[in-house]
Amino acid sequence: MILLDFNIIAPAIGTIFWTSLIFILAYFIIGKLGFKPIAEGLKKRESDIDNSLRAAEKAREEMSQLVAKNEELLAEAREERSAMLKEAKEIKENMIEDAKIQAREEAGRILDAAKEEINNQKMAAITEVKNNAGKMAVSIAEQIMRKDLANGDGQQAFVSKLIDDFKLN
Amino acid sequence: MNAYHPNKAKVLHFGSFRCLPKTLQKQGNTATKMYIFAAIYGSVSFTKRKSISEMLKNQLNRLFFCVFALFVSVSAFAGDTPDLKPGETYNPTPDILHHIADANEYHLFGDVSIPLPVILYAPDQGFTFTMSNAFHHGENSVDGYVMYHGKVYRAEKGLSKDGKVDIKKVEKREYYDADSVLHSEMIAIHEGGETKLESSSTLMSFTSFYDFSISKIVAIMLIVLVVMAVLFIPIARKYKSRDGKAPTGVQNLFEVFVVFMTDEVIKPIVGPRYMKFLPFLLTLFFFILFCNLFGLIPFIGNPNVSGNIAFTLALATIVFLVVSFSGNLDYWKHIFWMPDVPVPMKIFLAPIEVIGMFAKPFSLMIRLFANITAGHIVILSLVSLIFIFGQLGESIGGASVGAVLAVLFVIFMNIVELLVAFLQAFIFVVLASLYIGSAVEEHAHH
Repeated sequence: MILLDFNIIAPAIGTIFWTSLIFILAYFIIGKLGFKPIAEGLKKRESDIDNSLRAAEKAREEMSQLVAKNEELLAEAREERSAMLKEAKEIKENMIEDAKIQAREEAGRILDAAKEEINNQKMAAITEVKNNAGKMAVSIAEQIMRKDLANGDGQQAFVSKLIDDFKLN
Repeated sequence: MNAYHPNKAKVLHFGSFRCLPKTLQKQGNTATKMYIFAAIYGSVSFTKRKSISEMLKNQLNRLFFCVFALFVSVSAFAGDTPDLKPGETYNPTPDILHHIADANEYHLFGDVSIPLPVILYAPDQGFTFTMSNAFHHGENSVDGYVMYHGKVYRAEKGLSKDGKVDIKKVEKREYYDADSVLHSEMIAIHEGGETKLESSSTLMSFTSFYDFSISKIVAIMLIVLVVMAVLFIPIARKYKSRDGKAPTGVQNLFEVFVVFMTDEVIKPIVGPRYMKFLPFLLTLFFFILFCNLFGLIPFIGNPNVSGNIAFTLALATIVFLVVSFSGNLDYWKHIFWMPDVPVPMKIFLAPIEVIGMFAKPFSLMIRLFANITAGHIVILSLVSLIFIFGQLGESIGGASVGAVLAVLFVIFMNIVELLVAFLQAFIFVVLASLYIGSAVEEHAHH
């Protein structure tokens, strides 16, 4: 009975009416103008974040691909460089080797030529000596013929003098 | 004889809302509250109702309460109520029940009340529009209507249906009939004699008139409506004006709630069509939450909005209508002709499911009403400790002990109630989502 005296468990008609009216108003004003745009804004932000995350992931992938490509290129270049260096070294060595051989050959040739020349000169000199010695012998013999060959000592001195005078030209 | 004067005797409670310790979140307070609820009602029949009004006749207590008004705001008590006789104890029940009920005027403290529009309709008299202060706190009638304890009643016979008549007194008479059933009558005593009063129509008893007034809780609902509009519409605009930017300020504060309710509750429970129901469910959540919180703000009369059964009935009915109108064929099939069970079972299940259809919104209604009302009752009961311990001013020592205890418990309870305010709004929306979710669910055919 006491409970019924107070309107706490008896739903008052007016309050039901006003609560329904105010709540429906709240739904149409705040629900439509407030929560709907808020929810849509949040959803949009969510999809925006999602999209940008996906884009970032894609960019990162592309970046890593690019980096891998760069590395590949770099490695290739490095390899090429070392190959080139190696080649150059080989060429250099070959050139040196060739030059050495060539020089040796040239030197040999020059030496040979020199030897031949020396030989030739030697032969020429010997021939000349031979010729000169012959001439000298003939000339000495001539002069001796002409001079008195009585005096033995005098002859010897004379011959010596002739030999001294006879310059081996 | 009950003749307390709640217009002039009012207890407000104080709360500190700054922090909510995690340990409190495990409070299973509903059971406790209902126990106290029951205990208060149980005690009613054994103790005589008594006024707290004479307590400030004691000068020392007046001083004492000035000090404690810092912690527990207690208004001035005055009135022509009889004094507490020796041996009688103070019974807080009438004050508490008056506080948690709705009223046609907004009583703040002492003699200060905010007048509210009174709109009355009687089929034989038509509409009556007036303001609550036209009744002068029940000192005169207006067009045959009498105000008693902030509530408008209609005189049955013998009171002029036109203009004002001075009312000397309103009495509540209780008597037992031949079957020992307690009846109570409200009698207005005026120049022309005595007239029986009747209260406005409720769903439980239809009387000769309907009260469509902007009552205390309707006024708070209107304030909540304005607060929500002022809060959420500019926030919604910010999502356009600050598109792509991080939320700031009040937008950030409420985004936490909106995102939590959307992502953790509504989206997983309602299912793929949740966007259609999101505005409704979020409006429901914040409407209940703000009404709950308005009841906790100290010094503004602590209106018991969401603890009013008409309020919860209206919201539960709206949820019921939304569920019923959005229910797909599967939903109705599962109620009236349960698939995949034998025919006798189908016949057996149908009435159970039909009862369940109504039991769901009924549980929504009772849960919110009982939790919020119980919270208000517990807090008021604790405040009443001061008067119970103090024996209405006879014992200053008792009142001191009561005040110290009351302050500590009321602070504690207010923090718990703050949790309950959020929790009950949350639970209401979780269950409403669940019911909507079951109504729009697409069943994979077995």
